[in-house]
Amino acid sequence: MNSEVKVESRVWVWVEHHDEELAKVSLGLLGKAHKLCQELGGGEVASVLVGADSQQLVAELIDYGSDKVYLADAPSLSLFETERCAHLMTKLIQSYQPEIVLWDATSLGRETAARVAAKLGTGLTAHCIDLYIEEVRGNYQLVAVVAGWGGNMILKNICPQRRPQMATVKPGIFPPLEPGKRNGEVIPVKVEGEASRLDIVEVVEKREEAVSLEEAEVVVAGGWGLSSLGGFQAVEELAQVLGGSVAGTRPAVDAGWIPAERMIGQSGKTVTPQLLVTLGVSGAAQFATAVLSSKLILAVDKNPQAPIFEMADIGIVGDLQDVLPLLINKLRAIKGEV
Amino acid sequence: MPCDIVVCVKQVPHPDYLDKISLDPVKGTIDRGRVPAVINPGDRNALEEALRIRERFSGRVVVLTMGPPQARRALEEALAMDADAAIHLCDPAFAGADTLATAQALAYGICKLEHFDLVLCGNATIDSGTGQVALQLAEFLDLPCVTDAEELTFEDERSLLVKRMWERGYIRARIKLPAVIAVSNKINQPRLPTILGIMAATQKEIKNWNAADIDADASCVGLNGSPTQVYEVGEFHAARRGEILQGLPEEVVTLAIDRLVKLEML
Repeated sequence: MNSEVKVESRVWVWVEHHDEELAKVSLGLLGKAHKLCQELGGGEVASVLVGADSQQLVAELIDYGSDKVYLADAPSLSLFETERCAHLMTKLIQSYQPEIVLWDATSLGRETAARVAAKLGTGLTAHCIDLYIEEVRGNYQLVAVVAGWGGNMILKNICPQRRPQMATVKPGIFPPLEPGKRNGEVIPVKVEGEASRLDIVEVVEKREEAVSLEEAEVVVAGGWGLSSLGGFQAVEELAQVLGGSVAGTRPAVDAGWIPAERMIGQSGKTVTPQLLVTLGVSGAAQFATAVLSSKLILAVDKNPQAPIFEMADIGIVGDLQDVLPLLINKLRAIKGEV
Repeated sequence: MPCDIVVCVKQVPHPDYLDKISLDPVKGTIDRGRVPAVINPGDRNALEEALRIRERFSGRVVVLTMGPPQARRALEEALAMDADAAIHLCDPAFAGADTLATAQALAYGICKLEHFDLVLCGNATIDSGTGQVALQLAEFLDLPCVTDAEELTFEDERSLLVKRMWERGYIRARIKLPAVIAVSNKINQPRLPTILGIMAATQKEIKNWNAADIDADASCVGLNGSPTQVYEVGEFHAARRGEILQGLPEEVVTLAIDRLVKLEML
């Protein structure tokens, strides 16, 4: 441990929650916040929890690793009002001066984060795929890793002068801590009634799917290689056998085989399943960076030189027309036995 | 009442050629090779939306970019799509800007305009894709802002209903002008420049403004005004190569399933 590191250095997480439930992605951020504190040589993890009826979520945040929870339980304040949220967060940061603040790169999280960064004049690195602490030019810095230029390049950003160091993280990249009974302190935060310049008329949720792609345990992803089969039918069949969710690459979306909401990639979703099966996916960098945290990758493609085999745990080189029906039938037989 | 609109655009590498960008092994910098540069696709949606609003309310559509001298091409293309005028913020002092310093320079530029009612941006660029600039621009201009806009409906000349997407659906929100709005690429289908448009564009003026022209504080723009720094750049390599099975389909599928069973994945 370096003596320059202040033990009280703290890492904050902006918490996203909807329908009285914490977003799984925010719990993963708490896990990462813990890791960063360890790398800094100590310090506390704090959550910032904002919005109506948020009080009831405090215990869970503590169980998942918050040493402190800054709680702004106000019926009038919604996460959709990113202008008001940013105002409140800016004042909190100015009062308590955390070293690092993390946000989920969700639609709302990145809005609030970008505003806070502008108000504070500090740096914000977007859509990070990894975060760690490293000594750079004699100081401990948050290194924020992003995939740029369509995912072909890995850029490591630091924010050497200004504080806090802030980052938005691609949802679902980091796993949560094992929840346990932990102790934490709740600090109530007063919400002032400054006007919002955005008047929210209605909030509509489309409940199209039971499990979102980001939270799926099993994902079956199809790519351009499926053109030999004329589309996605076999992908859906395999997903059904495995009890998984269907996803696709950009070429598969462009071909109209699957809706854009189900695209995996730098400009699409990031997935972190236990098992990812890729079918006819070549594994271009923009896809690869979005599946890195999958526990096990099984890839099927006919080109043995395809980059997907550089990242697959199990690779099958073969023609999808031959392999896929066999795979489906054999798996169905096994699943049927259980 | 006319609606004067500023559209912020960025010149980016053509999206179909992003994989041709590589790392110069000697200099350690990004080598764009001969990848053609275009207007960021989302910014074309913003321009299209501006042109449609102009058709309804009249007013002027001014395109604004910050970038090196070659970014002028993006402005020429926007003028050919029928924008009325263009402004190029071009100065070595602007180079090396992160999102904060970019937003700051754009804000300085917009403050120099006589009048505007609405600032439109694309939701994110395809090269860096932070989606932060519109919001930070709004903060510096002290204007209301909404991003991910998929539908803009004017209730009257000063009030807009915006359909704004989020992960689980959408919200409808009312926003009063002046405002900054970042649009989704689903909001419209951008027009292509016509031959007449291209010819007319040659008659339109592109203003070049440097840091002094927009009274930019040198410590707030470019590299000096950028709190974040790129400290390392590398090419992406996924390094977890496992077992590659090649051979008769029947055999390799059986082997693969065997592995999955052993790893308790089924």
